[in-house]
Amino acid sequence: MSHDRDALHDRHSPALPSSRGPLSAGVLALLRGEGPPPGAELAAEADPYGDDLQLALYCCYELHYRGFAGVDPALEWDPALLTVRRAMENRFLGALRQDVEVHRDVRSAVKELETEPVEGSGASWFLRDEGELRHLREYAAMRSVYHLKEADPHAWVLPRLWGRAKAAMVSVEFDEFGGGRAERVHAKLFADLMADLGLETAYGVYLEHSPAPALAVVNLMSLLGLHRALRGALVGHFAAVEITSSPGSRRLAEAMRRTGAGPAAEFFYDEHVEADAVHEQVVRHEVIGGLLEEEPYLEDDVVFGMDATVFLEDRLGDHVMACWQAGRPALRSPLPEPVAVSA
Amino acid sequence: MPNDPSERTPAPGTSQRPAEARRVVVPRRGPMLVDGPVEVELEDGTVASSDRFRVALCTCRLSERYPWCDTSHRRRR
Ligand code: FES
Repeated sequence: MSHDRDALHDRHSPALPSSRGPLSAGVLALLRGEGPPPGAELAAEADPYGDDLQLALYCCYELHYRGFAGVDPALEWDPALLTVRRAMENRFLGALRQDVEVHRDVRSAVKELETEPVEGSGASWFLRDEGELRHLREYAAMRSVYHLKEADPHAWVLPRLWGRAKAAMVSVEFDEFGGGRAERVHAKLFADLMADLGLETAYGVYLEHSPAPALAVVNLMSLLGLHRALRGALVGHFAAVEITSSPGSRRLAEAMRRTGAGPAAEFFYDEHVEADAVHEQVVRHEVIGGLLEEEPYLEDDVVFGMDATVFLEDRLGDHVMACWQAGRPALRSPLPEPVAVSA
Repeated sequence: MPNDPSERTPAPGTSQRPAEARRVVVPRRGPMLVDGPVEVELEDGTVASSDRFRVALCTCRLSERYPWCDTSHRRRR
């Protein structure tokens, strides 16, 4: 019996990116069906935050989301690939456990997150005050590796929660997924924003352009989402995102308005100002509160998830600002000129 | 009596919510949380509406998206 090769090989999925070193070259060769997986010792030696490991890990994880065009979807559970993925995860997670300064408890971590500086120095402040359209386009392109799968990795935690935490997490996810309306799914709203900025909107198009610090942010959520043992950290990560999103989104909405980026571009961030002001409350009180009521021993993990998220977001912000201040693009390769902007 | 309607309690998850009082969460600081959808009539007579599963109503009056909270109530350093 012959199989439909297209159906088996995810024809509509994104293309494989180019490699960034021996580890990612090995993983990509395996995905193309052209070689054995790279040895786990390569992972142990790689820079835990560098392009090679982060891209290789991103590609392993992508098999759990939409896969890649021409890649056998069964590789998602290939034991040899999972072995090297595990080695990369250990390297990445080990580095985070060593480098991230953790708060004493959830209370102090939340308190710091919700204290807004009067003047900040991150990318959203720069974009609000002096960002040009080219900066906004770069920022959107590198954020698309997450926003086009917005809230997807967090759905993996649902079967691992129960009671209050589960009910609350589901309601926030329902809101992220558009409250039952396809045109309001947050990932779709982001695609509309990209169209306003003259970017391509297809899933995964800008993986090739995205620098390691942008991939690391997404890899953290995939890592925490896929491992039940890290459910506390996933919840902490989600809380950190929701608590910091609303003020950041306000600055980005202002940036979109000031540059005349377009109505969908403004709407994406305006929607996040309002939605995440709600989500923050629900996640803090219901999701974290509910989880720690059931499993109080997870508090350290929740704190680690929050602090690791801030750590990686700060690294990304530093990278972006260093590039822009030096007059360089923050992406690995320049963006093509804007594609025809939708009317 | 198993079939006596007066003794039947709703199965879990099927409680008739509209018949219940709507609970509003009022924190010391920060927004008031109300289950959506809601309509908020403002002083000038205009009505803001939201069909989100829950809405955060600004109580500090600092929000630029009033009546919705935009986290302007937070402490600044
Ligand atoms: S209560 Fe949050 S902005 Fe006013």
